[in-house]
Amino acid sequence: MSDVDYKELVHRCFRCGFCKLTYDYSPVGYNCPMYHRFRMETYSPGGLNWLIRAALINHDIEWSEHLSEILYSCSACGNCVESCRFEFGEHLLNNFIAVREEILETQLPVPKMIRKFLENVYLYGNSYREARSARGDWAEGTDIKEFDKNDEYLYYVGCVGSYDACSRKAARALGEVLQKAGVSFGIMGEKEECDGNEVRLLGEQGLFEHQREKNVELFREAGVKKIVTLSPHSYNAFKNHYADEFEVFHYTQLLRDLIASGKLNVSGGYEATVTYHDPCFLGRHNGEYDAPREILEAIPGINFVEMERNRSNAFCCGGGSANFYTGISAKGKDQASNARVREAYETGATVLAVACPICMLMLEDAVKTEQLEDQIQIKDISEIILASLSH
Amino acid sequence: MVNDSVYDALVEIVGEDYASNQPEELFMYSMDMVTEGPRKVDYVAIPRTTEQVQKIVRMANERRIPIVPMGGSQNLAGLCLPVQGGIVLDMKRMDRIVEVNRMGRYAIIEAGVTQGALGSYLEKHYPDLEHSRPECPPAATIIGNLLIRGHGHLSLRHGNNAEMINSMEVVLPTGDICNIGSSSVSSYWFCKGPLPELSGLFMGWLGTTGVVTKLSLKLYPKRKLIDVTGFEVNNPDLLPDVLYRITYTDIVENLFLYGAVPVEGGDVPQYITITITGDTEEDLEYKRNVFRRVARESSEGNNQVEFMEVVPEFFKDRLVEKPPYVSSALTADFDKGGGFRYCAAILPVEKIPEAWRRGIELSHKHGVPFLTGVQLLGYCHSAMFGFVYTFNRADESSIERMEAALDEANKTTLEMGGLLWHPELKGQKQMLDKMDPNTYELIQRIKETLDPNGIMNPGNWSK
Repeated sequence: MSDVDYKELVHRCFRCGFCKLTYDYSPVGYNCPMYHRFRMETYSPGGLNWLIRAALINHDIEWSEHLSEILYSCSACGNCVESCRFEFGEHLLNNFIAVREEILETQLPVPKMIRKFLENVYLYGNSYREARSARGDWAEGTDIKEFDKNDEYLYYVGCVGSYDACSRKAARALGEVLQKAGVSFGIMGEKEECDGNEVRLLGEQGLFEHQREKNVELFREAGVKKIVTLSPHSYNAFKNHYADEFEVFHYTQLLRDLIASGKLNVSGGYEATVTYHDPCFLGRHNGEYDAPREILEAIPGINFVEMERNRSNAFCCGGGSANFYTGISAKGKDQASNARVREAYETGATVLAVACPICMLMLEDAVKTEQLEDQIQIKDISEIILASLSH
Repeated sequence: MVNDSVYDALVEIVGEDYASNQPEELFMYSMDMVTEGPRKVDYVAIPRTTEQVQKIVRMANERRIPIVPMGGSQNLAGLCLPVQGGIVLDMKRMDRIVEVNRMGRYAIIEAGVTQGALGSYLEKHYPDLEHSRPECPPAATIIGNLLIRGHGHLSLRHGNNAEMINSMEVVLPTGDICNIGSSSVSSYWFCKGPLPELSGLFMGWLGTTGVVTKLSLKLYPKRKLIDVTGFEVNNPDLLPDVLYRITYTDIVENLFLYGAVPVEGGDVPQYITITITGDTEEDLEYKRNVFRRVARESSEGNNQVEFMEVVPEFFKDRLVEKPPYVSSALTADFDKGGGFRYCAAILPVEKIPEAWRRGIELSHKHGVPFLTGVQLLGYCHSAMFGFVYTFNRADESSIERMEAALDEANKTTLEMGGLLWHPELKGQKQMLDKMDPNTYELIQRIKETLDPNGIMNPGNWSK
């Protein structure tokens, strides 16, 4: 359960709008992905606070399908927490999660796609309603083996990396890089379960605890001590919402250290102008901004350029909190990922580097709809490293 | 679904995503940040282009539907809440900085450009230019501030922000697009020109005469260094004379007055903060020395004016903050209750001591905290004396106390010969009651000429 009582906080919101902007008020655009997408005051963090108060405390407005969609359109990127200048700002996102918990507990209707996402995780262990047996298929044709207790790391891939065709490339690339670096690791394959990060964000605390228990039990039985994740979402769940008994790394942290220690030789180089998109659950939620940049800067041939909105001011791809699946705010040409791709393109970069499978699938789609496929490519950092090894 | 031809027309113009008649949006746009409202809203539309604004206005004019243009809606007076229902036109999607002319020191912006966006754009691309920043959150729109004749940190030297307008594009209530100032003749939006002064038809009219869609704003030199210095004045009655002496120096960038409520009667020190700028430390030290001398001269015979050799960090944080716009917004959480309102009294400078004392009386009478923000406008041409009242949104009695104090502060301001800046409906009526009847009649005749069907924000500036 969230330890925040949103009823004690929502009335303090002034709707002043800091939460919609970057911390330094970048003129590139509004930095709240749902507000960027819809532009109605309802779809802003302040708007959510006021709607929550009106619907669930003061009962000024009735529950509706539209209201439910608004409350689930937030991608939990954390920009509002970063940008709000008020003392209560640190609780903004937890408030929204607490409200979603109450919505589900009191059985208020939620958007169909939210219900479906949660059902999929419960019934299939993944958000895509795919067969459990196919979870490890991404590793077919590689030498990547199942984890055993002698392995130093469990390589946890997550739902998106396991099933999404585009993100599977990143999953395989990372596996191959880990092998080439001589890292002792294995995967769970078809035994792997959803990490529950998005489930928790959607307010389904019971299902999250269920997923956590299953995973912890699985990890304990297998003798896991260290976990390296492909996805920042998994990293966030394991690091901040699981037991402390596992040492958790996002893969960029591990690879950064391997490059620095000389165990991973990237001297083959990578000739491109590259910009980097900070994933919210690696950056804002966990403060890791340097590892991906240190990797890119260590690879010869890369001309690294920053987008104007970077690090804690980075603009979310819009896919978090299951929006990559539900499409509630991730739809249409005005969605956040399209704007983000344009922003990357305007730096002159020919490669937009990502470190998150959800960002990857969101931005890949956006490159197509923006018709920028010939101008800029989306590459996971693991793919870039792999290419720099193979020269 | 009930057939709604107005909604359908809005969807046709701006697209389905940017028009709404859903209860959630109607609720949100029926309330502003403070305690005005709810007031009935029928539709919300968010245009992207001037042409879309034009189509909406034409459609509304044909059907006699009220339109209320809205920028950041941060005026704290409910000015973007419809009085007679209709369409709220949220202008924030028109957010392009169209041009910055460095040599001519002006920027052409659309109606939705925010204070924060232009400020950070200039800082990055034109670091030697700045616009006059008001004391408001960065999400407030620039044009919204200009249209209520707002002021900013350069208003002491350059007048209120509305005086910094060069030229503009307006959609008239009939749907005609009209250029005002040099843009009516030239491709350069660089001045009002030697033309009949028409921009005043839209400044201070609270959206009752048209929709400003684009505007050219004067920019000013931005010095490399900024600092705060100031005076401690132990007798409020000395303030007007001290302010007169300070502005005589002609080297003040911005000036505020701060003070605290005395606990047991009597007067407490007033702090005058003076923002100074320069390109070198020598520039700043020269200015500090000038003010040391002014303090000495002001204190002769009374010993009640002191130069602040050490300026409290509170003032530095507030006036030299980077990024700016934060401190004033934080007032909203003073009572941990989500809001404050203020009576924005434009006063003759000689009335500052009286306003101070009457403000304290009001605060004691109504049981509300007394917070003020006093900004000098022009070279003592006037002062914006803010009687600031915080409230707790979750406590009805606190709202009632705040509203009673606000109402009386409005009356007090008018009694002292002052004017109410961007007054809420009640304040507008208080002003109109005191207004020369011929002036009121002229306002109504102009309004009827521009807006024959009375669709533009009806109910404002109206008895």
